Amino acid sequence: MNPTRKRRLTIVLLVVVAAVAAVGLAVFALQQNMNYLFTPSQVQGGQATQYKSFRLGGMVKSGSIQRASDSLKVSFIVVDADGAMPVEYNGILPDLFRDNQSVIATGSMDGARFVASEVLAKHDETYMPKELKDAMAKAHKNKAIDEKADMEAGK
Amino acid sequence: MIPELGQLALILAMLLALVQGVVPVVGAWRGNSALMSLARPMAAGQFVFVALAMGILVHAFLTFDFSVGYVAANSNLALPWYYRITAVWGAHEGSMLLWVFILNAWTLALTIFSRQLPEAFAARVLGVMGFIGLGFLAFIVFTSNPFLRELPMQPDGADLNPVLQDPGMTFHPPVLYMGYVGFSVAFAFSIAALLGGELEQAWVRWARPWTNVAWAFLSAGIVAGSWWAYAELGWGGWWFWDPVENASFMPWLVGAALVHAQAITEKRGSLRSWTILLSLFAFSLSLLGTFLVRSGVLTSVHSFASDPRRGLYILGFLVVVIGGSLLLYAVRAPKVAGGRAFAVVSRETAVLIGNLLLTTAAAMVLLGTLFPLLGDALNLGKVSVGPPYFGFLFNLLMLPVVLLLPFGPYLRWGKGDIGVLKPVALRAGLAAIVCAVIAFLFVDAKLKAIAGVAGAVWACVGTLLYVIKRWREMPRGRRFPAEMAGMLLAHFGVGIFVAGVMLSESLSIERDVRMEPGKIVQLGSYDFRFDGVRETSGPNWRGDEGVVTVMKDGALVANLHPQKRTYTRGQVQTESAIDAGIFRDIYVALGEPMDAGNREGAWALRLYQKPFIRWIWLGGLFMMLGGFVAAGERRFRTQKTRSEAGATVAEPAA
Repeated sequence: MNPTRKRRLTIVLLVVVAAVAAVGLAVFALQQNMNYLFTPSQVQGGQATQYKSFRLGGMVKSGSIQRASDSLKVSFIVVDADGAMPVEYNGILPDLFRDNQSVIATGSMDGARFVASEVLAKHDETYMPKELKDAMAKAHKNKAIDEKADMEAGK
Repeated sequence: MIPELGQLALILAMLLALVQGVVPVVGAWRGNSALMSLARPMAAGQFVFVALAMGILVHAFLTFDFSVGYVAANSNLALPWYYRITAVWGAHEGSMLLWVFILNAWTLALTIFSRQLPEAFAARVLGVMGFIGLGFLAFIVFTSNPFLRELPMQPDGADLNPVLQDPGMTFHPPVLYMGYVGFSVAFAFSIAALLGGELEQAWVRWARPWTNVAWAFLSAGIVAGSWWAYAELGWGGWWFWDPVENASFMPWLVGAALVHAQAITEKRGSLRSWTILLSLFAFSLSLLGTFLVRSGVLTSVHSFASDPRRGLYILGFLVVVIGGSLLLYAVRAPKVAGGRAFAVVSRETAVLIGNLLLTTAAAMVLLGTLFPLLGDALNLGKVSVGPPYFGFLFNLLMLPVVLLLPFGPYLRWGKGDIGVLKPVALRAGLAAIVCAVIAFLFVDAKLKAIAGVAGAVWACVGTLLYVIKRWREMPRGRRFPAEMAGMLLAHFGVGIFVAGVMLSESLSIERDVRMEPGKIVQLGSYDFRFDGVRETSGPNWRGDEGVVTVMKDGALVANLHPQKRTYTRGQVQTESAIDAGIFRDIYVALGEPMDAGNREGAWALRLYQKPFIRWIWLGGLFMMLGGFVAAGERRFRTQKTRSEAGATVAEPAA
């Protein structure tokens, strides 16, 4: 192999190695940091069991917000059309957090409760995150299909 | 009647843009001067009509013309006049109008400063600018008309989103748009070069200040946005890797690469096709950013209600601009490519490595930002990509950038000597180690803080060493031409930025606490006393104002009054109170009353102490300043002929 070709080959090899490393690292980092969104009924249906940390989305159940008397601990219930999930959080809730508003909490399950490390509320009073709307609609639709199948099966 | 005139003005501007986008380009192709000469008057006319429309919208806001739907939805009788002006770009329609207005202002400036360019080339550049204007004006006229009447009229208007009622918001969008739009010049220039099939170094020299200024504006816009998020969102964070932040950061990264690549192409003629490709990417990402933010495809603070027609139009426009320009590039780039070869050890290689790292970082941000859309389209479920993804990869990619940063200027063009780097590395390395040891004595074993100090000192000392070298070796008056000074300022800014990020992230103390009136909480070396809340009000809001006294060793440091405001429509907004300082910020934000009915009782408060956080924005401002200063280089303004181009070998890159 002549020197020019050798040099070119080295450069090509280096570029390939760098590209593989970059792609590999990106995929690794993506896998580590992907957060799926589930609604309470999806979680109770067992869809979230394989994820240690995920996002829980739904509406804050009216009258469910309860505060501890000596700390910032707060608990509330997140509901969608077919499920309800108790959530615990220790911290300051966002400005727009209140009854009957959509909310997305990031965290993990502890028994039957969801322990949130971060709680986000929508940004204004008319706006519901599109992804949450879609997820809630989908969860409800699947549930309806399941129920129909159950009924047809004579249960 | 007046709002209809605004709409008419927009339609006329759109028609002029159509002529400007087509006729001069055809003229350049046919060699017809008459057709080419249409570009400048069309651009001027377009500017006049869009400015008129802009003025009419401002007028509608100032006179409370609530029969215009956009005005009614984004202002209120109680909104002060200055926020009524910023409300013009407070939502989708008006922000698109602002975009096109700024585009027209840039185009107008181009018509004035492009006289030194060959006629056909200038005609193509202005034609491409006209085409971009056409795309935006058609978008406004057909899908996002800000002058649409809404009847029956709302008596006193809804209100401007309270998040936007802040002085930081006055500057952020226009300055950011100056940056986005500014990259259209480099884009138009590259398309013109591809269409014409040749690229003179003198033309690159002409394009450089435009790119530098655009990049500097983008830096300023990002700094303003980051500062605004810190002060206004009430969480005390300065960067969240939120899709909209990423949307502005991607063009910034590619723009930073472009500023350097253009320097090589202008001085050495090398890397022509790479420079052109970067110009296409910088502007494509700016467009993608504008639309991602404004279309509501991505969920975020900035996205407004979406309309499927808009989404479809945007997609079509992006396909035409990005796809079309890349196709043109694929076909024509080989014609334009070429240039001098350079050795492995040379300034070109150093800049190229930096370029690759910056563009890889931009690609990584793009992947993380679009992944949720991709996941949705492929039915993988509703996914979001967490900030650690970005943090991990970005730090990994920027580490070599900071390490290599001081070396670039020492290497010669074409073929350099790696030996000259040794004393620099030794001295800067020694300074970094000494400072890291001193930092260790202050902050114990906080690795991130120590690494930050070392990295910052390395970049700053390395840059300063070059300043000293120039001072000693060059004759008076030739030591620091504007371009060189700009580069040194920006590189120095990187060091300051690194220090700010690493120190504030590792040394910040953040606590969310429950406080009864009279309670004292200690945070670091400061004591915070909470004396309850009192009522307060503004022109269009009422609120609670906390009274917090900050003391150190019994001496008063600051009286802080964080607020919780309730605006006309019932939106709640947190106003943090900050005692700013060069070495630390004390940040207090009011949470909520712990017992919903009892405002005299305990409240939740955020108490933060953030060392060195101002250095983050200071670093950004240095980079911005560097961009502006470099653009003032005298060489860019002189009209050299072809033969002289590329003859200046010893000059440095900016």
